[in-house]
Parts: sequence; C-alpha cells; structure tokens
Amino acid sequence: MIAMDETDISFFKDGLRLDGRRADELRPVKIEVGVLARADGSCYIEMGGNKVIAAVYGPREVHPRHLQEVTRAIVRYRYNMASFSVEERKRPGPDRRSYELSKVSREALEPVILTSFFPRSVIDVFVEVLQADAGTRTAGINAAAVALADAGIPMKSMISSCAAGKVADTIVLDPMKEEDNFGQADLPIAMTPGGDITLMQMDGGLSPDEFHRAVEMAMKGARDIYELQRAALVGKYSQMTEPERKGAHACD
Amino acid sequence: MDRKVVVPGDLLSEDAKRSGEGTYVRDGSVYSLLYGLANFRDKINVIPLAGKYIPGPGDNVIGVVKDITFSNWIVDINSPYDGLLHISEYPKRIDNVEMSNHLRIGSSIMTKVKDVDPTMKVELTLNDRKLGPIRAGQVIEISHTRVPRLIGKGGSMISMLKKEVNCSIFVGQNGRIWISGSAKDMDLALRTITLIEREAHTNGLTDRIVDFLKREKGTRS
Repeated sequence: MIAMDETDISFFKDGLRLDGRRADELRPVKIEVGVLARADGSCYIEMGGNKVIAAVYGPREVHPRHLQEVTRAIVRYRYNMASFSVEERKRPGPDRRSYELSKVSREALEPVILTSFFPRSVIDVFVEVLQADAGTRTAGINAAAVALADAGIPMKSMISSCAAGKVADTIVLDPMKEEDNFGQADLPIAMTPGGDITLMQMDGGLSPDEFHRAVEMAMKGARDIYELQRAALVGKYSQMTEPERKGAHACD
Repeated sequence: MDRKVVVPGDLLSEDAKRSGEGTYVRDGSVYSLLYGLANFRDKINVIPLAGKYIPGPGDNVIGVVKDITFSNWIVDINSPYDGLLHISEYPKRIDNVEMSNHLRIGSSIMTKVKDVDPTMKVELTLNDRKLGPIRAGQVIEISHTRVPRLIGKGGSMISMLKKEVNCSIFVGQNGRIWISGSAKDMDLALRTITLIEREAHTNGLTDRIVDFLKREKGTRS
C-alpha cells in the first residue's frame, strides 16, 4: 500500500507529543475576566488552539413565560460554534452536536448554582466557540464558570473541566485536534475543586485500568485549571484592594 | 480591616458560627458563595462585586411606573422582579379610574418595599413622609453592590455628603439615587458619587472623599 493511512501518523517523538508536550501536560491556558461590557458576566479563554468566549445574563425575567419555575431559577446554556471556527466551514446554527453539548454543559454547571435564590427567573449562559482545536466543551465550561462568578451568581463552588484521551496506547492529558481525531479514546470530565464530578463522557474504548488512570489524569488537569480560573478572578480586583495611584481621579 | 478577594467555594473558616451573608456551611466549615470581597469580623460576610438587585422587605428603592392595572401600578425597580404598588398604598384615597392622574406610565417614584413573598411578588408602599413621586432633581444609577459603601457605616458617608454638597439625596437600595439642589451642587454630588462607585472596594474611602470635596470646593471659591 502506497497511500499512507492517516491513522498511521506517529503521535510521539522522543517521548514527546506532536506539539512537544509530555503525556500529562496541559496546553497553555489564558483566561480573561469581564471582557464584555453589555453582559452581566463574561470570560474569554484560550486553551491551546481553542478560543472561546462566554457571556452570562441574569438572573432576569423568563421569556417565554411558560418555561419559568415558581420555586427556582432555570439555567439556559447555549453552546455555539462559529462557522469559521473549524477548517471546513461549519453550517451556522444549532445542530445535533451543539444541542447535546449545551445539555451536558448545563448539567455540569447547574449542581453548583443556587437556583433557589431566584425563583421565577432565568440565568442565560452563551458560549461561542471562535476557534476549535479539540476540547471546546471543556473550554466552554471553564469559561462559563468564570463568567457566572463574574456575574455575581451564588455558587457552592467553581467548576473546572478537562479531558484525557488515549493515543498510541498511551493515556494523554488534554488531547489536541490530531490526537482527538485519530486517537483511540476521549474522556472529558467537569468537576468541583473538591473532586465531585458533574460531567463525564467517553468516546472510544478504554480498559477499566486505563479508564481509572485517565480519570485521575483529567482530574489533575481540572485542578490545575481551577487554579488558573481562580487567579484570573482574583487578578481582576487585586490591584483594587489598595487605594489607586494618588490624584488620578477621572474627576480631576 | 481584614479583607480579601474570594471566589465561590473558598474555605473561609472552620467555625460554622462565623457564617454571615454570602457564605454557606458544609460539614461544619464556612465557604464562600460569591465572587467578592470577604470581610473577616466576628461574622464573615462576602460582599459581591456584581449581581442583580434582589428586593428585600424595608428597602428604599426608586422605581419607574411601567404599567397600570385595575388596582396596581407595576413598577420597574431595576431588578429581575417587578414591584407592585397597590392603590391602597397611595398616601391619598383615590379611585381606580383616576389612578393615571396621580402616577402615569413613566413616572419615577421614591418608594419602599413593604413585603416580598416566597414567589418573589414584591409589594411596594408610598405610605411614608419621605416617599412619593419625583418631581424635581435627577436620578442616577450605580451598581447596587456599591450602595452600602455610599451610605457608609451607620450612614456616615451619606450624611457627610448631604451636608457637604448641600443637596437633598435619596439612596435607593436598587442602585438608583435621586439628587436635588442647584445645578452646581448637583454636578459636584454626581461626580462624588461616581468616584465612590469606582473606588468602593478600596480602604480609607471616606477620608479620600472628604479630601476630594475640600479640593473641589477650594477651586470653586
């Protein structure tokens, strides 16, 4: 056979992955808080090649009216991929995949939100994927959790999310596009820093032993991401705990 | 004062009795519910840095009439929940048909939350001397999370402000503030309030505001 099957690409070179990471290493993460002036809370996140923006509105009045709950707030989560976020233009609008991701992401965040504080209202979360590079749902959940905190919504804890995968019979953390497309398994999870898992999905196959190792690895990745989320939130106001530079009032 | 920025889920204390506003208790320890500033006193309170105004009984608020029904005015109070002002809560006895002669759609009112039921039906009242329709002055809007700082401990900031700028001021818990006075005084009050809003999270604010007012007045006379 002359034509090389794409599944033959080698995932490791000298023990390092295609982008030079070790098996248990995350891609670089950048988090910015409060990037949108019109939203009540917002967050922009870059995880490797993923670029995702999240906006939170609410609690606010529910429209259409019949969706409202008398005793608690409802949470709506919309995951959407921009048509230019992937190599081949994606047909815009919701599809089967984005409906599913919206549902599981909402269910990943809902357990920590104190919806009973806001009866008859809605908390809207919008997640827009600007550039995709495998692991957009985890990036979306990470951004949404920060945006919810930024909107001042009471939560029992933060949520952070990370995936583990299996390529070339090796368990790897935070798979990138090539590893996701041609790998053997993908296992995204979302959890509280305390270790309560609120989302777990699996694509492909893992033996029970591999599964346990993959979960352990993904949980460690999620804890590292939690520290970054925390640092981004604290950073937004850290310069403010001290009085600002003297005489620089805008009123002068 | 011991203050620190916290995020939801941060462990604040291992003594459940110190749980204050914006915190919750799990397994005997106190955790933060909010992203905000934690105040460590006897009780630990977390003051949010953002969020919507949720009405509570006894709150003074400024609202705008947005609809009139058979016996209620529906009032926008800058919150996810609308306020209801019943005709019987108007200081005078009036008839249903002449409701819009007293308060029409778009009228601003200084009002008070009388009661909030568990389904968040918000009842308002105008039965107090200091409450009533707004006929003069101007209303400005700040984030409701900054209102406690504008009022100050035991009202220290607001009473100082009222005296210094020579204006009547009514602070609504929903972040709307009514000021009335001469054009010059209102302008100064407005700038001072914007300054307080922007620096609400800093320490020693009252002293800096006093300095600011002194300087402003010095340049004027």
